[in-house]
Amino acid sequence: MTNLMQHRLFLPLLALALILLANLVLSPEFFHLEVKDGRVYGSLVDVLNRSAPCALLAIGMSLVIATGGIDLSVGAIVAITGAVCANLLNSSFDTLPLVILAALAVGLAAGMVNGSLVSIFGIQPIVATLVLMVAGRGIAQLINSGQIATFQNDTFASIGIGSLLGLPAPVVIAAVVFLLVQFAMRFTALGLFIEASGCNPRASHYLGLNVRVIKFLVYCVSGLCAAIAGMVITADIQGADANNAGLWLELDAILAVVLGGAALSGGRFSLPLTMIGVLIIQAMSTTIIMSGIEPKYNLIIKSLVILVVLLLQSPSFRQQLRGLSGARNSLGGKA
Amino acid sequence: MSAQNAVLQLTGVCKRFKGVIAVNNVDLDLRAGEIHALLGENGAGKSTLIKVITGVYTPDGGRIEIDGAAICPKSTLDAQKHGISTVYQEVNLLPNLSVAHNLYLGREPRRFGCIQWKKLQRDARALLQRFSLDIDVNELLSSYSIAVQQLIAIARAVDCAAKVVILDEPTASLDSREVGLLFQILRTLRDQGTAILIVTHFLDQVYALTDRLTVMRNGEKVGTFVTAELPREALVSHMLGKELQAMEASRASQHTDSVDPAALQLRELSSSNGIRNINFSAQRGDAIGLAGLLGSGRSEVCAALFGLDSVTEGEIRLGEAPYKPRSPAQAIAQGFALCPEDRKTDGIVHPLSVRENMIIAHQAQRGWWRPLRRSEQNKLVADATQRLKIVCSDPEKPIGELSGGNQQKVILARWLMTHPQILILDEPTRGIDIGAHAEILQLIRKLCAEGMTLIVASSEIEELVAFSNKILVMRDKRLSTTIAGQDISENAVLAAIAEPD
Repeated sequence: MTNLMQHRLFLPLLALALILLANLVLSPEFFHLEVKDGRVYGSLVDVLNRSAPCALLAIGMSLVIATGGIDLSVGAIVAITGAVCANLLNSSFDTLPLVILAALAVGLAAGMVNGSLVSIFGIQPIVATLVLMVAGRGIAQLINSGQIATFQNDTFASIGIGSLLGLPAPVVIAAVVFLLVQFAMRFTALGLFIEASGCNPRASHYLGLNVRVIKFLVYCVSGLCAAIAGMVITADIQGADANNAGLWLELDAILAVVLGGAALSGGRFSLPLTMIGVLIIQAMSTTIIMSGIEPKYNLIIKSLVILVVLLLQSPSFRQQLRGLSGARNSLGGKA
Repeated sequence: MSAQNAVLQLTGVCKRFKGVIAVNNVDLDLRAGEIHALLGENGAGKSTLIKVITGVYTPDGGRIEIDGAAICPKSTLDAQKHGISTVYQEVNLLPNLSVAHNLYLGREPRRFGCIQWKKLQRDARALLQRFSLDIDVNELLSSYSIAVQQLIAIARAVDCAAKVVILDEPTASLDSREVGLLFQILRTLRDQGTAILIVTHFLDQVYALTDRLTVMRNGEKVGTFVTAELPREALVSHMLGKELQAMEASRASQHTDSVDPAALQLRELSSSNGIRNINFSAQRGDAIGLAGLLGSGRSEVCAALFGLDSVTEGEIRLGEAPYKPRSPAQAIAQGFALCPEDRKTDGIVHPLSVRENMIIAHQAQRGWWRPLRRSEQNKLVADATQRLKIVCSDPEKPIGELSGGNQQKVILARWLMTHPQILILDEPTRGIDIGAHAEILQLIRKLCAEGMTLIVASSEIEELVAFSNKILVMRDKRLSTTIAGQDISENAVLAAIAEPD
């Protein structure tokens, strides 16, 4: 039993299970799924669908955080990608492969900027990515000429609202990216190298690992993930809003990684746990809406639940708890 | 030793960290108007003692007296109020403030609560004049060289509290002219009656400057001596803890290189880390020992060979081919491996598991796209665990949970998996228990017998003598003596270390 409780999957899974259970109590139809026109509908599917953009960002964020960095710019990269897609779709270069390639190129370029600032110029990651976080929305506004750029393109829109294999397209896209990255991390030595350079960059250098290149690459992956998330969000609303697309989404992604038990100082990471973290965040938002609590309490309740999960994961908090219960036991013994 | 005019008197000072005794029952008296050296190898307890005196640590036992009155400094500021100030190796002033402001930081001349900037600048100029430093006091501190910053730090320390000044390796970043200037200033201060305690590793400086010296080893005081009356050999043997018998002046014989091109050859090698004109060659199966005091350049030679520092002059040859590593990755590709001196910061990758720590160098060599299968990894790890007798219940537990000796064996296992031709060990036996110590020495002999070339830097002369067939004695970042073959003995090495320039 204690072994099970100490397993690092235990707490995140328990938290997710409790939130889903709360949904079951609040609205029994939460787990109801129905198939219409070859597509599955239901609240659970809705949670997955709403999680997809954050999940995509969190995949890249996991790798960045594993190296001891952080990428604040992903929300802004979402906005830039959206603006690029919308404007291309409104121009004569509106073929789908071209738009997708352009979006990925933009994400990669943004990631390379972050990566060079951090690994070549040695700027603190939080500051280096803050630059693009602020500047990115400005760039997106310039591309959009300050307007919300809307477009009519059903093929592109299907990235956000279409379905594949009976599931919403964003869910399938996020799942594919997750599997690809997870495969690259765990079926090659990349995951080990990223973790080593996060745990001890000096020792990793002594091992012959090129820590700079590793750091550079994780920001590139993060930029690519943000570009994919940007396409999903833009396709979903069929328009690019430079001010609001992906706004604060980077913070949700960071939170998801932390809920998955990763340390911001770098080191061990787990993509499956990060995905559970994403689901916790989204399931909770859905729960709050469905429970009929006034929306104004939404953010406060969400942060309280997250605080509890994070406290339970903190080793020093656990020790203090153990100390408390130990003190009680010894008192009881005296009496 | 009379303590009549002792300014600072320590009696039975002890300091423990989590059960480990860092300073044990140390007495020390520092007199007015003397320069007193505090000597000892790494881990001897010098810095801990200084931190106890300056209020960074609270002692667990013993008395500290200033002019006969017991004090218990609670912070460096508190120590300063008692007249003790310290200059650390790294300048701990504020680089973004002016020189003048740094000199009077926290004790600015004030009138009606406002800082009198004009007076502050005037005082600063006058103060630096005493140190023959003619610089613009309004410039930022960071615009001056480290050496000047160091002198400014000393000026501040002396001006704050003139009774006792403690200098922790003040010459580490100074060139010889600057060292001369510093010494001149210290002598003037001494003549004015200040008591000066100086930590240094340079024996020449000890003999040039100090009146008395105290040697520490393993947290205990070995003794206090009058510098002029203590021969160098005796000092070195006190520091290293080796009894020196009748000194046989066995000078180095010229090592005759065989006709074959040496496996590794260094010609007039200088590196960015300060080592200069290093010459030696090694054959396959040689064990080369690097001896010398701390800071003599032992580790720097290892670093240059492993591509951690860049080669500035001279050349390295591997067989016939020139070798100029720019990074550890290039060195590893050429068959080098290095077990670093500081296991914790440069060696282990905590909290990765023992298994991951062992296979990672081999994996890095193969590249990320050719991962070792888990079954291969387990086999490699099981073999190495058995071969090196590593005590570890579960290879999946974080490496930080192993003992120091077992961590060191894991690092050795890590590099043996890469099948290096030249294995560099920097202090391979530091901080490990006796059993593991003997096993590592055995392993070194075995590896040499298998034809590997080993380069071992160590402060333990006994162990170097036990396995080396050539010992290079380093001093002041230069190769001072090479002792080979029959001439190798502890006495010969000690004599070479102690030999004056």
